[in-house]
Amino acid sequence: MGLTELSAVQLGKKIAAKEIRVREALDAVFAKTDASEGKYHCFITLDKEGAYRQAEQVQERIDAGVCDSMLAGVPMAVKDNLCTAGLRTTCASKMLAQFVPPYSAAAVERLQAAGAILIGKTNMDEFAMGSTTETSAFGITKNPCAEDRVPGGSSGGSAAAVAAGEAYYALGTDTGGSIRQPASHCGLVGIKPTYGSVSRYGLIAYASSMDQIGPLAKDVTDAAAVLELLCAQDPKDAVSVKREGTNFCGALQEGVKGLRIGIPKAYFGQGISEEVSAAVLRAAEEFKAAGAVVEMFDLAYVKYAVPAYYTIADAEASSNLERYDGIKYGYRAEEYADLHGLYRKSRSAGFGTEVKRRILLGTFVLSADCYEAYYLKALKVRRLIRQAFENAFADYDVILGPAAPATAPKLGESLQDPLQMYLADIYTVSANLTGLPAICLPCGKDRAGLPIGLQLTGRAFGEEVLFRAAYTYEKIRGAWQ
Amino acid sequence: MEEGKSKMTDTISDNMLEYITVLAQLETEPSEKAQLKMELARMLEYMAQLQEVDTDGTVPMQQVNEEGNAFREDVVTNTDMRAQILANAPAVKDGTFVVPATF
Amino acid sequence: MTAGNIIADDGYETVIGLEVHVELATKTKIFCGCSTKFGAAVNTQVCPVCAGMPGTLPVLNRRVVDYAIAVGLALRCEITRQSGFDRKNYFYPDNPQNYQISQLYAPVCQNGRVEIDTAAGGTKAVGIHEIHMEEDAGKLIHDGAAGITYVDYNRAGVPLLEIVSEPDLRSAEEVIAYLEKLRMYIRYLGVSDCKMQEGSMRADVNLSVRPIGSTAYGTRTEMKNLNSYTAITHAIASERMRQIELLKAGETVVQETRRFDEDRGVSYSMRSKEEAKDYRYFPEPDLPGLAISGEWIARIRSAQPEFRPEKMARYRKEYDIPEYDIAVLTENRALAEIFEETAALCGQPKKAANWLMGETLRLLKEQEMEPEEICFSPAHLAALIGLVERKVINATAAKEVFAVMFAKDVDPVEYVEEKGLQQEQDAGAVRQVCEQVLKDNPQSVADYLGGKDRALGFLVGQAMKASKGKADPGMVNRLLKELLQAK
Repeated sequence: MGLTELSAVQLGKKIAAKEIRVREALDAVFAKTDASEGKYHCFITLDKEGAYRQAEQVQERIDAGVCDSMLAGVPMAVKDNLCTAGLRTTCASKMLAQFVPPYSAAAVERLQAAGAILIGKTNMDEFAMGSTTETSAFGITKNPCAEDRVPGGSSGGSAAAVAAGEAYYALGTDTGGSIRQPASHCGLVGIKPTYGSVSRYGLIAYASSMDQIGPLAKDVTDAAAVLELLCAQDPKDAVSVKREGTNFCGALQEGVKGLRIGIPKAYFGQGISEEVSAAVLRAAEEFKAAGAVVEMFDLAYVKYAVPAYYTIADAEASSNLERYDGIKYGYRAEEYADLHGLYRKSRSAGFGTEVKRRILLGTFVLSADCYEAYYLKALKVRRLIRQAFENAFADYDVILGPAAPATAPKLGESLQDPLQMYLADIYTVSANLTGLPAICLPCGKDRAGLPIGLQLTGRAFGEEVLFRAAYTYEKIRGAWQ
Repeated sequence: MEEGKSKMTDTISDNMLEYITVLAQLETEPSEKAQLKMELARMLEYMAQLQEVDTDGTVPMQQVNEEGNAFREDVVTNTDMRAQILANAPAVKDGTFVVPATF
Repeated sequence: MTAGNIIADDGYETVIGLEVHVELATKTKIFCGCSTKFGAAVNTQVCPVCAGMPGTLPVLNRRVVDYAIAVGLALRCEITRQSGFDRKNYFYPDNPQNYQISQLYAPVCQNGRVEIDTAAGGTKAVGIHEIHMEEDAGKLIHDGAAGITYVDYNRAGVPLLEIVSEPDLRSAEEVIAYLEKLRMYIRYLGVSDCKMQEGSMRADVNLSVRPIGSTAYGTRTEMKNLNSYTAITHAIASERMRQIELLKAGETVVQETRRFDEDRGVSYSMRSKEEAKDYRYFPEPDLPGLAISGEWIARIRSAQPEFRPEKMARYRKEYDIPEYDIAVLTENRALAEIFEETAALCGQPKKAANWLMGETLRLLKEQEMEPEEICFSPAHLAALIGLVERKVINATAAKEVFAVMFAKDVDPVEYVEEKGLQQEQDAGAVRQVCEQVLKDNPQSVADYLGGKDRALGFLVGQAMKASKGKADPGMVNRLLKELLQAK
């Protein structure tokens, strides 16, 4: 078995046992990127020099016995909307093409403190707005499972990098499904933790009340190991929480006997592909066979999740993206008549079409005459959706469904019709509106050989239950590849 | 609700598009306008589905964690980091950011 | 102007509401750990958070809330138990995020009241609509010749309280009385120095006019950037006239923001097409709600100081000092507290008052200092008063000692001893000095004996000089007279 085929935890163990030097792992990873980046384009920035520098320091720490993390020395990639000190952070936008932050995201710092080796910054939809990684100003990323397909988005570069063996795991961000949907399309495990579990400091905001960071990983064990390192209250993120129940590695035990699993009927209506539906329901049967109690039930307000999500996300985004004005950092137009010309020309040329569309929609829903009818209304519906989930969790421990209505679409197909693309977020946005944790893991392939993902949603701070269920299912189905 | 919907769609008039582009400090090419208006209207019409939901007595939920209260103490933790703050600026002079006249 | 102007001859009443911004004297900014110290080099008190860099997040400074509650209690407001922050969105380069974190939907204090003294000698209640917390903007430095503006974010993120009054004010005099009252509360609380010249207290004036007797409000305009009482007075007079003339000419007042140009004495409209006024306020998603408990409010309440009106009333009862002294001493809380402690220690309120109102205020003014910066302890001032009282030192030496005490809080007893400033109490020695002076100044002796009393003063001065200031001037006076009479 080649070095890059190991999982992150497997590699970490070999590094800890001194069977493999950190430098060797990096050599293997960069051999992969040299061979396949031309094909997939997972990265916006690769930092070989920096990676070898980190490798040297981490190896010293390991040799000195002062770095005993399970993931020490393991090469990983970070989505390019997470700030990395001294390393260009673009958000896949022309606006930030030259931006080099003087600080790192808290999540990146935590991983690096544990000895993780950052190899580069992955491609994504511009400002995390999109589901295909096609809105990037740095070119598209191809799905390593099928080169004519998108890897999903917005964390498509992170997903593709892990799927292609170019990184052992990667950080993604999830505002409306941006970790889980690419995990689904690339055959990976991706988890969006409970809102507030991972510090957002240094995450370039899209929609602040829903943004969370999480891992894209080869298997459930890796996802648990990475998320366990990430979860911590951070005094720099005022809405991060002090929480318990973060022994995710300890939760990796087989057994779902008596676990109550609910499947919302509405998730299997119009719009879902038959193959996805069949694979997800087959997974449900396997849970049942393993002793879980599985039932279909009526989840209220399912059809309102997407419109509520886009209203709120676009409103917050329109404000979050005001800071990009060509003054303090970022793109500045070359010609302008005056201050307002500078703003308009820089922003119009610096942002792509999808970003501008969402800024305009967000501006509209917050404008004086529309605030109540659109924005406030969406916030009220948001609460009703959360109440619907709370009601469901009175009866069930886990809610099971797909992560996307279909397998990865062909390149170039989705952006034709943005509304149609938004509708495909139906299974993922609820977890962001409510803050609940949700994990996506592979549950089969379609006839074309494209991966299908299964999504499990848990109670707030209930990731341990999700990891146990996912781990059990993974054991039943067989591990990655 | 049909009435409400069509009213919402009409809101993307030329004036409204102009109004929100000015607020958002963006500009639109005349050639893009028709397409953009249509897309925005379609999206807003879709968002307007929310009008169907009875939300009487429902408190808006702007945050997931509503208990709140997080503070920092009033202690200086930062030192001069001007060089880093200015490092990404397109135009600087004598330690300041440079912009066209605002007066 | 007098109170008579409130109901002016032209048949119109002026209706004014004030928005007062107060910069809080916290050590750090409202949402980050940058210093707020005044006068630092440009952009040296700026971090990624207050520069609005991507991915950075605000975290609320607890002391800002403490201060807001304290001011709210002083202005008899209700404290909002479930408060929170909102974003006000507008593009301007002094605002690094292009939105300001402020409070719209649940301001920290609401429904308060301030009593002001009226020119007619009565009092009047001015309603406080709300007090909210927000962040200050950066500073724009203009280069007119080059057509360029430079941006300094040192002030960006400095905490502000905005105190919004009800439209209860009717004249410039009332406005100033109101501002003075706010200033007193805020300075007594120590939450701001309220210096209008330095911008730590700024007022926006909302003004409308209406025919006397009318109860409906007219259309108001807002005048921004008024940073002195003179500017406020002139702006009110000019805007009042402008509106009345419009109404008399059958025109309407446009609701707008105007900027008052103090040099030309006129205001002009700030409206422009590019600045559509739709701030798209919405709840700040980067901050949790702000829950203010009853215990928190109680803790702040129990630490509230005695404010000036109560202090003045108590002084009238407790100290036998003139009303003028009471007014001067209580103008500043620090000064009043030094007075109270000194008076208690030396038992001589009037003497303590004299030192504070005389030498202390003189030196403060001379050195451009605030009473808060006084370094000498009340115990040392009391000791100094005691030294004079016991005639250990004379008035001249006392002033000298005081100047040193003012500069570096020396112990006056030790200092007098160290420098040998005690009065010459040995009558024999003083008599010798006096005899010598009379011998050296025969002309003055002759003048005195010839009936020119003024000559005595000269001789006393000479004797004091000869004793190097250490002689008791009373003793010198007495001895000289004795010696002269003996001639």
